[in-house]
Amino acid sequence: MLGLDAARLEADMNRLMAQLFHQGVLDEQFMQLQQLQDDSSPNFVLEVISIYFRESEKMLTNLRHQLADKEVTDYTKIGVHLNHLMGSSSSIGANRITTVCIALRAASEQCSWARCLRCLEVLEHEYCYLKARLHELFQMEQQRVIAAGVRYRPQLA
Amino acid sequence: MGSGPEKIKGSTSASSGKNVLRALVVDDSKFHRVLQTALLRFFKVETTAAENGKEAVDLFRSGSNFDIVLMDKEMPVMDGPEATRTLRSMGVDAKIVGITANASSESKAEFMEAGIDDFLLKPLTADNVASLLENMGKN
Repeated sequence: MLGLDAARLEADMNRLMAQLFHQGVLDEQFMQLQQLQDDSSPNFVLEVISIYFRESEKMLTNLRHQLADKEVTDYTKIGVHLNHLMGSSSSIGANRITTVCIALRAASEQCSWARCLRCLEVLEHEYCYLKARLHELFQMEQQRVIAAGVRYRPQLA
Repeated sequence: MGSGPEKIKGSTSASSGKNVLRALVVDDSKFHRVLQTALLRFFKVETTAAENGKEAVDLFRSGSNFDIVLMDKEMPVMDGPEATRTLRSMGVDAKIVGITANASSESKAEFMEAGIDDFLLKPLTADNVASLLENMGKN
């Protein structure tokens, strides 16, 4: 990690961000998160995204559980979990995930178990893709900070 | 019922002597509590967070006062509409803004009937928070 070119890492990060925006994976709402990060909360984006991952995985597990048995699927509960996932996904600019949530909600309102299941599979795929890309971004940021010689100060409890 | 608590336009900060707005964020999701708190603090609003409607009601009952409440709709223990009805029946006239990801007219109607002053869809943005605060200043 030491000796890596900070400028090159920044260029790589910009390329990854541009790719994610171009693919529609992220939208401008993600930029708003970055604007809320400052010296008093230097790890704000990482903190918020980490919480998003934890809560989203619970929601995805709940959705998978709800759709496990066609006979006992509770579409109202699916709606509740979806509202939760949609709200947080749209808040971080996870555009494609939000779009799939909308499709899943439409399927659940029509009580179409098969369509719900297909949407959930797409949702899980989109989530995994987003998580992998954001992890990549955060790793590059860590390396860039080290390479640039900026001292990292963790918040003390 | 009585006249209810005095309407507060903004508490005076003990440290600076300046008027500061006090907000209460009510959401069962830690993600939204953290994000909405950060947004409000960006606009220099003193912010407290509660995990559900009952905690929000308890805060008011214990004597805490807030100028604005950002109230999520779907929460365990006590949801947004019920918390709103309870707060209004207590005479709380803070500005209550209902927040939800569900854009359905039924969802909005239920919340409005409970007594909220305004309604916002997630995601909350700096623009709509700025607009909310600007309207409070005008009023």
